[in-house]
Amino acid sequence: MTNINPENIFLSNSITSLEKHPSEDLPDTIVRIILFACALVSVLTTFGIVLIIFQVTFEFFQKISLAQFFLDTKWTPLFAEQHFGIWPLINGTFLTTTIAMMVAIPLGLSSAIYLSEYAPPQLAATLRPAVELLAGIPTVVYGYFALLFVTPLLRNIIPLEIFNALSAGLMMGVMITPTVGSISLDAIRSVPPSLREGAYALGITKLEAIFKVVLPAALSGITAAIVLGISRAVGETMTVLIAAGQQPKLTVNFAESVETMTAYMAQISGGDSPRGSLNFQTLYAVGAVLFLITLGLNIISHWVSNRFKEKYE
Amino acid sequence: MTTIEQRDNYPKSAAEFTENVEKREKIGKVFEILFLLGLLLGLFVLALLLFDVLRDGLGRFLMPGFLTETPSRFPDRGGIRPAIVSSILLGIIVILTTVPIGVGAALYLEEYAPKTWWTAIIEINISNLAGVPSIVYGLLGLGVFNYLLGFGPTLISGALTLSLLSLPVIIVTAREAIRAVPDSLRYASYGLGVTKWQTISHHVIPYAVPGILTGVIISVSRAIGDAASLIVVGAVAFLTFNPGLFNRFMALPIQIYSYITRPEPGFANAAAATIIVLIILVLALNGMAIYIRQRFYY
Repeated sequence: MTNINPENIFLSNSITSLEKHPSEDLPDTIVRIILFACALVSVLTTFGIVLIIFQVTFEFFQKISLAQFFLDTKWTPLFAEQHFGIWPLINGTFLTTTIAMMVAIPLGLSSAIYLSEYAPPQLAATLRPAVELLAGIPTVVYGYFALLFVTPLLRNIIPLEIFNALSAGLMMGVMITPTVGSISLDAIRSVPPSLREGAYALGITKLEAIFKVVLPAALSGITAAIVLGISRAVGETMTVLIAAGQQPKLTVNFAESVETMTAYMAQISGGDSPRGSLNFQTLYAVGAVLFLITLGLNIISHWVSNRFKEKYE
Repeated sequence: MTTIEQRDNYPKSAAEFTENVEKREKIGKVFEILFLLGLLLGLFVLALLLFDVLRDGLGRFLMPGFLTETPSRFPDRGGIRPAIVSSILLGIIVILTTVPIGVGAALYLEEYAPKTWWTAIIEINISNLAGVPSIVYGLLGLGVFNYLLGFGPTLISGALTLSLLSLPVIIVTAREAIRAVPDSLRYASYGLGVTKWQTISHHVIPYAVPGILTGVIISVSRAIGDAASLIVVGAVAFLTFNPGLFNRFMALPIQIYSYITRPEPGFANAAAATIIVLIILVLALNGMAIYIRQRFYY
């Protein structure tokens, strides 16, 4: 405390402690404990998910070996000749997710770029909620639209099975567009105008400024948005259950019917499998794989956005 | 030497530079249109989807009794009352459970939590929970509410599962609303010697209500539209009575799914008619949220 500076006074210990501990009586303490309990619910939820999934998955692996699960290439737990190879389900998820991202990345990014760089503020303020409405439409509706509108339409042009990865993936992509778009938009908007102005001063056009200055500066946010979009696509259930079918197979042909991990889980759930039965356990085993994949993607997304975030003063 | 060479080159390259500008600006215009098309394509699909649903379902939707009768084995008879009642009950329970817990958690994290590793864990945990797929919440609900607590595949199990699903979104939006309350309000209140909780309940919460409300509405609209977790918890495809808390239950999205899976042609129209009901609900909720946000924040 050599020089007296107003900022130092506010940062000094006595004031800080006054902010943190205004007069507190017994009811106040009780309130704080209740509020803490509320925050604890979210931690308990995570513990619950992890405990329940891995407990039942452990029971599953008592009956089915890891080799049967990870080395077999057939998934037929409901047939007389049972196979428990997870790969066909992962393949189905991978195929529909890839198609979805081929839609969501260009649509999401172009929406974000247009809203941030081109649209007048008033128009952007109107269009943004409209685009975000795409994420508010229940996913079962996208399934309906994929199966009964998109598939018949596409079958006029290309030979598709009634249930196919393409229609489901396309609609899932439209659905995920706002996820990719919104977070990218925030990232692009947080690039300071001075960077753009500097680029313009060098004689660069608006488009060149977007591709060479703005997008690279927003890259961490955009990457995080895309990874989060992938995680959404992997976890999405109703669209693929309705429109992509229920035939687990190893294929990259988007015209065929495939089954995703989520679609299998929904399919097996409808049958009221009793606890302890093998069907019940396969539900959790597939759920464990799904949970780990989405958790991994979410962690990557957070890590990218925190680790590589550009800080501007 | 080098400086002179550069200076010699300078006018030449500058000439090329200006020659290209027109072309480069033209490419810029083309991309501007492409970006706009990308934006409009999404909105176009949305419009097409709404149009398709209305075309397929409006006739069935307008038939007398569609909203008030119980389902029938025939596609053009009966209604979807049990699904509507289920969805409304689910929505009410989600609000009743998540608002106090979600706002409580948000208040704790914003107003009380010390900056420790423990608080950091709670925060990371909430943002991860927001990314867990709905069907995985179904696995949690099935394990905890159906089996551990013994509720079985009843409405209360489904509602509590949806509550857990909605909680992270409500906590995140409520925190943002609480963070937006200016500190000067708190200091003025403390300055009068008021306790922390009185400050929060009399000043912070009222100021944050619109923001909290927006988050609640949006997450309830998501919960009402969610089917995956309810399928796992055990919603039924066909229900001929109004569900009670401890009865078998369904929901509008489940009703839609069950109509879609039936092969007879008329059921597609029944599915579209049910989608109209669900979309009206969801759009009304989203509209309310947008209205509140613009009314109070812009």
